[in-house]
Amino acid sequence: MNKLWLIIQREYLTRVRRRSFILATLLTPLAFGLFFVVVYFIFSYEDQDVRHIAIVDEGNILNRSISDDENLYFKFVDSDLQLLLDNFDDMKYEGILYLPKVDDVLNPNFTVRYYSDQKLTLDLEPRIRDRVRKSLYQYKVDQLQLDQQSLDALDLKIDIDPRPIKSTENETGKLAGQIATIFGFLMGIIMYFTVFIYGMMVMRSVMEEKTSRIVEVMISSVRPFQLMMGKIIGVGAVGLTQVAIWAVLIPLILIIVNLAFGIDPQQLEAANPNVQQIDPAEAEAIFTQVMAEINRLNWWAMIPLFLLYFLGGYFMYSSMFAAVGSAMGDDLGEGQSLTLPITIPVLLAFYIMIAVVESPNSSLGVWSSLFPLFSPIVMPARLAFDPPLWQVVVSITLLIATAIFFVWLAGRIYRVGILMYGKKVSLKEIGKWLFYRG
Amino acid sequence: MNILTLEDVVKQYDKHTAVDHVSFVVPEGRIFGLLGPNGAGKTSLIRIITTITRADSGKVFLGDEPLNSRHPAQIGYMPEERGLYKKMKVGDHLMYLAQLKGLPKNEAKKAIGDWFEKFEITDWWNKKVQELSKGMQQKIQFISTVVHRPRLLILDEPFSGLDPINTNLIKDEIHQLREEGISIIFSTHRMEQVEEICEKIVLINKGRNILEGQVKEIKDQFKEHLFEIGYEGLLPELISDQISIIENKNQLLVVRISEGYSSDSVLRYLLDQGVHILSFREILPSLNEIFIRQVEEKNSIA
Repeated sequence: MNKLWLIIQREYLTRVRRRSFILATLLTPLAFGLFFVVVYFIFSYEDQDVRHIAIVDEGNILNRSISDDENLYFKFVDSDLQLLLDNFDDMKYEGILYLPKVDDVLNPNFTVRYYSDQKLTLDLEPRIRDRVRKSLYQYKVDQLQLDQQSLDALDLKIDIDPRPIKSTENETGKLAGQIATIFGFLMGIIMYFTVFIYGMMVMRSVMEEKTSRIVEVMISSVRPFQLMMGKIIGVGAVGLTQVAIWAVLIPLILIIVNLAFGIDPQQLEAANPNVQQIDPAEAEAIFTQVMAEINRLNWWAMIPLFLLYFLGGYFMYSSMFAAVGSAMGDDLGEGQSLTLPITIPVLLAFYIMIAVVESPNSSLGVWSSLFPLFSPIVMPARLAFDPPLWQVVVSITLLIATAIFFVWLAGRIYRVGILMYGKKVSLKEIGKWLFYRG
Repeated sequence: MNILTLEDVVKQYDKHTAVDHVSFVVPEGRIFGLLGPNGAGKTSLIRIITTITRADSGKVFLGDEPLNSRHPAQIGYMPEERGLYKKMKVGDHLMYLAQLKGLPKNEAKKAIGDWFEKFEITDWWNKKVQELSKGMQQKIQFISTVVHRPRLLILDEPFSGLDPINTNLIKDEIHQLREEGISIIFSTHRMEQVEEICEKIVLINKGRNILEGQVKEIKDQFKEHLFEIGYEGLLPELISDQISIIENKNQLLVVRISEGYSSDSVLRYLLDQGVHILSFREILPSLNEIFIRQVEEKNSIA
């Protein structure tokens, strides 16, 4: 036990002290912050060029009024379109907007022509379309002699207010579904990356021990199983440390970025012209509602469960990675065929997780969150949706049993693999090792 | 008193028998040679002794106890495939290995300090292993093998990859450790090294023990009664039942003394014949010759 502790300590400390670890741990949250700043500037970037656009409005749809925009000016021109086009070069217009007469008021389609040698930019097109649509709408309301109030009444917005029948405490708000989706997805992704990154780290470290020939020195003092477990636990602790630091630093940096640049997500969306404007009061209300929903999630159950799935998944997969690392020679490339059987279930689980977040109680969701190879990634994604207790219990039990079995299996492969040199190993060969005696 | 006793040890991998009913004893406080060609099963045997693997059948005793999990702490093992964690500091690395051998922290620190002083490398503590030259790393490797003062030291091809200076350094250390009462098993396929270092050997081929005994006794056993005589002047004609001449070159005569005659009577005969003798010495077979002869003999029988 004492030896195991020594190994864990070494595996943990050498990694945590490494410059690359410190950099990755600190720079990743910074990169996040930087990413937000950059995205903000990209979205809030505005063309400083002043642009003039001539409008030829044959049917007088716009009724001679169209709102100018910061650096976009419209001018109504009465002259003939052809004349304008002929003299286009002499005039300082960016382009000419031509609105034909409305032939059929009942036809919902209406084509406006825009003459210009410049490309119609992504930021200009929606601004023009929006203005024409509003004016044409008003024009049609007048032409068809419709009553504005009745029309408003037809502009339907349907809200579905889900109400639980049995449970009294866990009142499901209407935002809860969406928030659970986002959280589930986030958790699934975190699980996927941690299992992959730290599993691979274990594998590489086992290979290093083998290629640097330290391994036989080590196992003359400790049991191979102790060495393997020490490594897996040590690297796992590194992973938890890193995730914990990120969990604190990333929100912190986002808040700092927010304060320094006055960015808030609403503004980001508002800067995007394709998204409809949200009025600030409404945004505020949504924000408080979101916070309330996040608080309502059962964190006391979710965090321990999340940890449990992390540990289960991590032990299961990293022990397999350790086994593969022990069977590999000095050449990382040759191990590709050996890692494939491990990476395929992880990848499958990831894609299933994406599908399950959409419909958490589908049979795919239920079965894959019980199946131990997938459950560490799929179940955390479902946790925010309050899966039935029995499913969580069964899934955890299966996972723990499988993890223990896999660790045992990996131990048997590992103890043979680390002493094999200069031999290309096939899966069949590894299978034989399982039955080697002591 | 024997430090190590092997009784009928067998180890099989797949269909290949690496160790085939091997028995031998290693006397305490001696340097013992475990010899054999590559692939003979030396490393398999050592891995059983160091508890890395277990024998399929047979018994192994360290002292008078059957091998158990407390024993690795009493054994120092330098494998043929050896190395260190490249990115660790030399001091930390030795502390780590010493503590894994069960040495308490302060004792480990003191022992390492003593070795550093002995090798005059006290400023290496904070150097990283990868900053050291190959020879320097070998020194560290050696310290890591003996730092916990093992009862039994096992060196598998200890001189492979060593330059002559470090080879001599390690040789001196081996002799000194023996003086201090540590038993040493020296495994190699290079016979000339064994001859000067080992007192007793066992010869393994194809997993079997084919020869065992004191180096001197083995040499006696395999001697062919050959003598080399250095002489001056002309050699008179020698016709006698006592000797048959094998070679006569460069004023050196090699003769075989026939059975029933002693070297004394041969010498007397030569003097009587008027040979002016400068030197007279028995030619003993080298272990290398015995080794090759034994291995080829057994191979041809098999």
